[in-house]
Amino acid sequence: MFELFILLGLLLLGYVAGSIIEQNHYANIKVRERRTQRVPIYNIGAKQPLPDAKGAKLFVGSVVISSDYYKSFLAQFSKLLGGQIFAYDSLLDRGRREALLRMKEDAIRWGAKKVVNVRIETATIGNSHGDVGILSIEVFAYGTGLR
Amino acid sequence: MTYQRSSSRGAIIITTLEGVPGRDITKHFGLVQGSTIRAKHLGRDIAAGFKNLVGGELHGYTELLQEARQEATDRMLQQAAQMGANAVVNVRYSTSSVAQGAAELFAYGTAVRVD
Repeated sequence: MFELFILLGLLLLGYVAGSIIEQNHYANIKVRERRTQRVPIYNIGAKQPLPDAKGAKLFVGSVVISSDYYKSFLAQFSKLLGGQIFAYDSLLDRGRREALLRMKEDAIRWGAKKVVNVRIETATIGNSHGDVGILSIEVFAYGTGLR
Repeated sequence: MTYQRSSSRGAIIITTLEGVPGRDITKHFGLVQGSTIRAKHLGRDIAAGFKNLVGGELHGYTELLQEARQEATDRMLQQAAQMGANAVVNVRYSTSSVAQGAAELFAYGTAVRVD
């Protein structure tokens, strides 16, 4: 009985805090995406003739982002049922957009007009809650800024 | 962020393209690479443990992996500098699990001289 209370408490904490953190993160991402709109990013460039540019430089952006207790619980549940796991969609989406933004913001500070040949890598990071298996991911974005 | 390392000939240029825009490749030195292997479990880290419950960014781990990747990049640039290159082009990064709880961060590219 006591354990059930703890579980429910953690689920509630995960749900409430997780939602607030996620909403804030999305609000922040949207503001920064609007601010950096004028600099396009492309994932083409490797097999093209070299573009005209005065300077070229590697830029990277990365983030390690964790799921919350509630999402992980939901995902565990979905695993049993099979089919699509929606719980982690927003986590991966946030991670990728955050990593791309960090790369882009750095490139803009340097004076980039665009960032080409962008690549995105995603890796899972282990966790300390073996029983629940709360997922943490690292997203790493890199590309060549041109000015 | 971005990686910076100087050789005897000034800063080594890194790009993910087949060359450096506006410069001509005068010499190819071949493949250069750098890697580092790190433990990647979030054990014994109370802050991260709590963060795991509520979600969000784990700043400590973001920085840890950034430093590790910087190190892999540095090792690659070191090789390039030893060869006498002033640029590394077509750079790629990869992250792979080499063992339970260990990740290898790997950087590789082609060392060239551009004028």
